[in-house]
Formats: sequence, C-alpha cells, structure tokens
Amino acid sequence: MRGFVAVALAVAWRVLHNVLTTPSLLIPSLLFPLFFFTAFAGGLSRVSDVPGFDYAPGYTAFQFVFVLLQAAAFGGVFTGFGIARDFEGGFARRLLLAAPRRGGIVAGYALAAVARWAMTATVLTVVAVIVGVRVHGGPVDVFGLYALALIVNIASLLWAAGVAMRLRTMQAGPAMQLPVFLVLFFAPVYVPIGLLAGWIHAIASVNPTTAFLEGGRSLVAGDPRHVTLAFALALALVLGFAAWAVRGLRSAERAGA
Amino acid sequence: MALAEQTAQLARRSVVRTARQPANVIGPFIFPLLLLAVNTGGLDRASEIPGFPTDSFLAFALAVPFIQGALFATMNAGTDLARDIQTGFLNRLSLTPMRSLALLTGQLGGVAATGLTQAVVYLTVGLAVGVRPASGIAGMVVLLFLSALIALAFGALGAFAALRTGSGEAVQGLFPVLFVGLFLSSMNMPRNLIEIDWFRTVATLNPVSYLLEAIRSLIIVGWDPEALALGFGFAIGIGIAGTAAASWALRERLTRT
Repeated sequence: MRGFVAVALAVAWRVLHNVLTTPSLLIPSLLFPLFFFTAFAGGLSRVSDVPGFDYAPGYTAFQFVFVLLQAAAFGGVFTGFGIARDFEGGFARRLLLAAPRRGGIVAGYALAAVARWAMTATVLTVVAVIVGVRVHGGPVDVFGLYALALIVNIASLLWAAGVAMRLRTMQAGPAMQLPVFLVLFFAPVYVPIGLLAGWIHAIASVNPTTAFLEGGRSLVAGDPRHVTLAFALALALVLGFAAWAVRGLRSAERAGA
Repeated sequence: MALAEQTAQLARRSVVRTARQPANVIGPFIFPLLLLAVNTGGLDRASEIPGFPTDSFLAFALAVPFIQGALFATMNAGTDLARDIQTGFLNRLSLTPMRSLALLTGQLGGVAATGLTQAVVYLTVGLAVGVRPASGIAGMVVLLFLSALIALAFGALGAFAALRTGSGEAVQGLFPVLFVGLFLSSMNMPRNLIEIDWFRTVATLNPVSYLLEAIRSLIIVGWDPEALALGFGFAIGIGIAGTAAASWALRERLTRT
C-alpha cells in the first residue's frame, strides 16, 4: 500500500509541477471555463424570457452549474493529454519500470486532475460570487454540487487515461475530447430539458449529463431533485472508467509502453 | 514561370496538403456543423423571445459555421506555412526564381479555395435541412463570395502569425483568441436582444459580429445594404491589414534567411 501511495503522490506532484510551471497548460484551463461562463451567462441571459423557462436563481446560476461541471469534465481530459504526452515522449516507459505498484500511476494522475479542477473551480466560484450568482440552496446543497463535479472530474480523467494508455500518442487528443464534448452538449445546456424538443430532447433524455445538470441546478435552487440519480450515475461512471483505465494500463504494459 | 503560374502552383499545394490530412478536413467540416446542431437543438426556443428576427433558430445560427470554418481554415493554413519555415522549405524556395508575392498570394488563394469549399458544404447542409435563404440564388452566390473573402482575410492574419513567429504552436495559440472573438459576438443572439450591457458593447465593437450579421442577413432578411456593406467592409479591411502585415513579415523573414 505504501508503494501505491508513494507512486500516486510522485505522479501527482510531477503533473502539478508541470502544469504550474507551464503557462500554456495552466492559463487555458483556468480561462476557458470563465470564457464559457461569460459567453453563455452574459450573451444568452434573454433565454430566461423563453416561455416556460422557470429557474428561480436566474440564468447566471443556471449556466454556472453547467460551466462548473464542464470545467470538471474537461479538467479530466486535459490531464489525459498529459498522460498521452508522457507516453509519446517515453517518460511513461521509465515510469512503468520504476513504479513498484503501477496502479498508483493511474491514481496519481487522478489526484492531479482533482487538484487542477480544484484550482479552476476556485477561480470560477470567485468570479461567480463577484458577478452575483444567486444560490438558494444551503451549505449542504452547495457541498453536494461540488462533490458531484468532483466525481465527474474523476470519471472524465479515468476515461481519458484509458484512451491515452491504449493509443499512447498526442494524436489521441480528439478521441478523448470529442466524446466528452458531445456528451456535455447533447444535454439541456441552455434551457431546461422540458423546453427541448425533437432529436435533442430524445438524446438528452438518456444522457447522464442531463441528470448531473438537473441535480446540480436543483441543489443551487435549494430544491433537490434527481440528486440521488446524479450521484449514482456519476459513481457508476467512475467504476466503469476505472476498469477501462486499468485495462488501458495493462495494454500499455503489454506493449512495453 | 510567370507570377500567376507560381501563385497557382502554390495555391494548389496549399489545398492539396490540407486535403491530405484527415484532421485538417474533419475539424473545419464536421466541428462547425456539430456546434450548429448542438446550438440549434438547445436554443431552438430562443426564437420565441419577443423581437427575435426569425422563427427559425436554425436559419439564424446557420451563419456561424461560415465564420468558424474560416477560422479553422486559417489555423490549418497558418500552421502549414509555419511548418514550411520550420522544415526549411521556405529557405529552399527562396533560392529559386519564385517571387515572394507568389508565396503569399498562393497561400491565401489556397485558404480562400478551402473556405469556399467549406461554405458550399455548409450551405448545402443548410438547404438540406430546410433553410431557404431569403435573398434567393443570387444571395447564395454573394454568401459564398463573402465566405471566401472572410477566409482570405483571416488567412492573412494566420499567414502573418506564421511568418512572424515561424512556429506552428504560436499559430495554434491564435485559435483561442479568434474563438473568443467568435463567442463574444452576436453569434447566438441579435445584438439588440443581448441584455448585459458590457457584453452588448463588446459584441458591437467586435468585427466578427458584422461578418456574422452580413451572412445572416442574406439568409433571414434578404438584401440588407447596411449589413452587407459592414460585412464586406470589415472583411476587406481585415484582409488588407492582414495582407500588409504578412507581406512585411515575409520581407523580414526572407531578409533574415
């Protein structure tokens, strides 16, 4: 167990050190969620005038939940890019040789993804408070929202890690990013699901992101609904993608990285 | 070899090398249409907002892929030009009788041709899903011409970045800036319906809004001289400024070479 923890901490420290000392990695991951928050909450606020739109905390809070979850998901993917870079550059081969417990490598990347998301979420939250996001829920509801985002972050990292360890090249970037982008946006991003119609409603109805968004928004509104479903789905994704990532690690081991 | 022939050869090379890289084809063709689908699905009900200029959000949003596609074409062409510099192709070319003007016009001609091809695809998709441009067949011709002009204008900016920095990564770094420019415009909402004052001001100062509105006017309004004059004016202005900057950067680079 000590070997596992030591490997995880070493990998996490290295990833964070790289991110914090490389502006081209740090700044986009901090700025992009702010940019989406600005573009959606600022540019689309009149969408709350659409007949049937009924979200008491307002459109800014409605979009804050989406951007928080989106930042969590993309934070995991961005860390996955780093894994692919480690394999492409040959560092992962040395890591596999040196690590006494290789499962700790995946855990380390997950730890780093969580730390990166914590930084992004902090900046996003500060900006949201400054622009006056209204939160009707209590402290427990807010804690629930951030806990949900954290689980989404881990699930996304495990997905990206599985892809990165199988393909072991930076060209795997779109394969990590595009599915996450689609799953995030084929959901009630701009309006509640009740106001969607046609094909997008059909897809959103079976998309787990819908449960995350509805659960998160209900927590902000102080009227929790679908929260159990959201957490159950998020945890199921973590379990599924953990198996996917570990099998990816085995694939990399067999290939000699 | 005459200047026109040199230009044609280099333009052909620019188009062919773009077409040979699947990632360069998929991004500009698929991603804008995907975003169109996502935004149209999610924001369809926005057309019910009082004062919205059309009852079809799809028709309203169809202008976006034309601009987004031009951005992609710019990035790809700029990155290719930077690669020519990094691999020494430009150095070898400078030892031939080729005129430096041909390099720039050939490169920009290639970008305009790619932009025009993309525009044909977007327009065909729009027509296939039921959008009927209010300006008729003549308007579609103008729309395609304006799209190629916009691609050429942005292409000049990409060429400037490539020639000035000689780095593909630096050109790619321009993409987020242009992407932000797209989102902080009247992309998803007419300017008069943007509720947040600062956002409306930014969108009004942003030239991308006028490019979008010119294309959009041909689709949902018909012939709007003011929108067209502003759109063509900004496209020509950006094109002239970009070409002048790129010419200067090319002279500087060939002098250094």
